[in-house]
Amino acid sequence: MRIPILKLNQYLLITIQVDLDDKTALQFQEDLLEKIHETGAKGVVIDLTSVDMIDSFIAKVLGDVVRMSNLMGAKVVLTGIQPAVAITLIDLGIMMKNVPTALDLEQGLEKLQQELGG
Amino acid sequence: MNIQSCVEVRNEWDIVKARQSGRNIAKELGFGTVDQARITTAISELARNIYLYAGNGEVAIERVENGGKLGLKIEASDSGPGIKDIRKVMEDGFTTSGGLGAGLPGVKRLMDEFTIDSKENEGTIITSIKWLR
Repeated sequence: MRIPILKLNQYLLITIQVDLDDKTALQFQEDLLEKIHETGAKGVVIDLTSVDMIDSFIAKVLGDVVRMSNLMGAKVVLTGIQPAVAITLIDLGIMMKNVPTALDLEQGLEKLQQELGG
Repeated sequence: MNIQSCVEVRNEWDIVKARQSGRNIAKELGFGTVDQARITTAISELARNIYLYAGNGEVAIERVENGGKLGLKIEASDSGPGIKDIRKVMEDGFTTSGGLGAGLPGVKRLMDEFTIDSKENEGTIITSIKWLR
């Protein structure tokens, strides 16, 4: 299974709509970095509105892909984390430190625009 | 009414299967969205541990009752190498697999009851219950 990555101007948009298994999550990590390389995208929004569960493995994959993208020079914002998911992550002890987030896709794009200065 | 399911864990896909069946049962028992997420996440962590450390095993999910209280019980069992130092695996941040080390102490926080029964070279059974409030 592949997660579609859409390009919009200098941004990449991803909305995760499937129950992520480990392989799909790792494949997505690779695909996103390839796509950043290929398109020269400056900013990425990963929307998690439809994700109803994030366990420690998926949290690690998401945190890693944010840091990997930063290394390449692209900024990533995670958006739409559901209340139940936020509660569960903190219960698990996963703080997702230094990972930029926003309430929804719109605010995520705004955040990227501010950070990228235009 | 006897609600239960048992998922064999042999590959990554079975982890998804186990948590989906856990979510369905949690929903059916009347757990709210947040507890559904807690239960599903706990199952995911336990199933992944089986896959990572024992290779295969099973996750049984069933409805339990105690003095009028209704709950959901997860039993994750395998015949893997067992856990050498249980105190160590319950420390936050301890990992031998390069993960976040949130797994078992995290599951304990997500659920209401949590017990580990493990013998070296024989296997591990982890039992955990979430009570309906």
